[in-house]
Amino acid sequence: MATKKVTGSQAVILSLLEEGVDIIFGYPGGAIMPIYDALYDFDRHINHILTRHEQGAVHAAEGYARVTGKAGVCFATSGPGATNLITGIADAMIDSTPLVCITGQVASPLLGTDAFQESDVVGISMPVTKWNYQITDSSEIPEVIAQAFYIAQSGRPGPVLIDITKDAQFGELDFEYKKCRKVRSYIPESPVDPFKVKEAADLINAAKKPLLLFGQGVIIGQAEQELKDFIEKTGIPAAWTLLGLSALPSDHPLNVGMLGMHGNYGPNLLTNEADLIIAAGMRFDDRVTGKVSAYAKQAKIIHLEIDPAEINKIVKADVAVLGNVKKSLKMLIGNVTENNHDQWIQRFRDCDKIEDEKIIQKDLYPVKPGLTMGEAIRISTEMTNNEAILVTDVGQHQMIAQRYFKFKTTKSNVTSGGLGTMGFGLPASIGAQLGAPGRTVIAAIGDGGFQMTIQELGTIAQNKLPVKILLLNNHFLGMVRQWQQLFFEKRYSFTELQNPDFITIAKGFGIPGHKVDVRDDLETGIRKMIEHEGPYLLEVTIEKEDNVFPMVPTGASVSDIILEP
Amino acid sequence: MKKEFNITIFSENHIGLLNRITIVFTRRRINIESLVVSESAIEGVYKFLVVINSNEDQVKKVVAQIEKLIDVIRAFYHTNEEMIFQELALYKVPIEALYESDTVERIVRKAGARILEITREYVVIEKTGHIEETQALFEELNQFKVMQFTRSGRVALTRDPIERLSVFLKERDAFLDSLD
Repeated sequence: MATKKVTGSQAVILSLLEEGVDIIFGYPGGAIMPIYDALYDFDRHINHILTRHEQGAVHAAEGYARVTGKAGVCFATSGPGATNLITGIADAMIDSTPLVCITGQVASPLLGTDAFQESDVVGISMPVTKWNYQITDSSEIPEVIAQAFYIAQSGRPGPVLIDITKDAQFGELDFEYKKCRKVRSYIPESPVDPFKVKEAADLINAAKKPLLLFGQGVIIGQAEQELKDFIEKTGIPAAWTLLGLSALPSDHPLNVGMLGMHGNYGPNLLTNEADLIIAAGMRFDDRVTGKVSAYAKQAKIIHLEIDPAEINKIVKADVAVLGNVKKSLKMLIGNVTENNHDQWIQRFRDCDKIEDEKIIQKDLYPVKPGLTMGEAIRISTEMTNNEAILVTDVGQHQMIAQRYFKFKTTKSNVTSGGLGTMGFGLPASIGAQLGAPGRTVIAAIGDGGFQMTIQELGTIAQNKLPVKILLLNNHFLGMVRQWQQLFFEKRYSFTELQNPDFITIAKGFGIPGHKVDVRDDLETGIRKMIEHEGPYLLEVTIEKEDNVFPMVPTGASVSDIILEP
Repeated sequence: MKKEFNITIFSENHIGLLNRITIVFTRRRINIESLVVSESAIEGVYKFLVVINSNEDQVKKVVAQIEKLIDVIRAFYHTNEEMIFQELALYKVPIEALYESDTVERIVRKAGARILEITREYVVIEKTGHIEETQALFEELNQFKVMQFTRSGRVALTRDPIERLSVFLKERDAFLDSLD
């Protein structure tokens, strides 16, 4: 391959083009100016989205990565630019989201001198990146960027940060790009062991009350079809984690609902009755397991997992099948016998009936005067024919949205799971919309989280992104308030918010909006939001002291799930 | 039950890797008792020996987290019984102690230590052994007021007859080639 002389900055852009990058989220500044200057010549090939804060850029990159499965790319300058990325990088790390973050750095002779806008971003980001690297020599740029994409997107994905000193951006090199296909010290996934598959299949074939739990691994591994085929062949009911949501259509008869703290009654309660748990691409997060010492003790555990460090980390597996879940499920399908578990599934239906009467009807079809988050979510999902992409922030509205929004296609649920990052929703919706331009994106956000990254309304307006912002406003940091009510004797310590006029703020950014206070107005309001061509803010005033139920209280067993206070 | 474990880590020699490794321990509030880093017999592959006090369950998890680091090639753990290990200690003792009686000479002979350097002011003694032994020698020599004392981290070999890393590297190269 012929080489050509380019600057380090041009090499960065050329390398990104080689990786098929067509969108970058970023914010310029002193130490990354040469790269931005190189980008100026490529504006027809790469769309750069200027966010209003670096945190917005990194969450947008996450949103993009979640709906496309490709690494999201973001740029930031040194010092504060780089440190502003950290929350999003930590969020991506814990939720296995592939990111390539490129930060500018002061010139290499100035490293360690407390130069203007110098921060040790490699050191700071070390605990929250899958890999990071500082480039001080231009000639390293193509190879390191190739490695960054390979590492970010392979195996269990995660964020990678590349810090490039300003002199390396200016320096010259002979540009030649080779995609990275291996790194000696890194095995992205182990080959699936057929003996382990056989052991797992024997347990599955013998089980009377099996329950499958699926997580984001199924989505990342593109194993949705294998999951469906597997449960349909074996007749095994399947429940999802927060990040597994949308991997299996909501209306699939074997989809028994959501696990964990605010999940459905059946899958939580019956976790402690199942004789076999098959965990597919999930990591037994504490929000899923509740008290681990009282979690599924009666059950055998099969763990299908790509990351060896997750095996036996929280829950001991009787059979651990390492490797890509798409491959292990496919191999399992060949080894399991056709079966049905109708009586066992009936138990889930019975639980659903109880939950429906005690909670769901009141959430979705309330008769009290105050509006509920549940009804706003129900109407939104119905009006989009269950085909929209849902982006949420963190808190009560998130749990309600995850419980009641319905899905037909995978990669349609974008939420901050492991880190629980308030302020995630609005910027993530930017990336989600750009990653799936033809689809309706509904960003359900609470009044607390909305104000953490509200400046990104500017990004949405400037890029004319038709994001539908569903602001569920209860004038409280609702989830914290709920805990204060339930566990701190209603001592509402600093959770009540005096909010601004959100509609006027949106209008100031050039985004139309409407506020709904009464039920009669809700359906037309949501219709107007969805039918509007560009971005739109619909603010719904929610009853102030509504709670999310069911709930597995902290420290309680999943089978001690409570349906009412 | 807590006891000493020896964690051997083979890695690429990249800037910052030591930091990445220690983060795995500090995040879990595990104190590092001893840490030695040097190039291994294989060129370009670095070897860390980290000694911690812990239980086997936690050690397994920590080793898995270390292996997960991109630049780490492989990590193993062993109990003290499974390893042959030594530490090296140096003692600086005033020269008068050597001249005034034969006590120092007797102590050095008995301990299997040796004298490295003698000057007008002091004598430097070297001893290799386990921490109990180097400590015992310190106590004995300290009757002459030891001027300086230093002890190294641990170096260790497994009792395993095969060098697991070279076998592993061969297997890994074959596996990575098979991906092409």
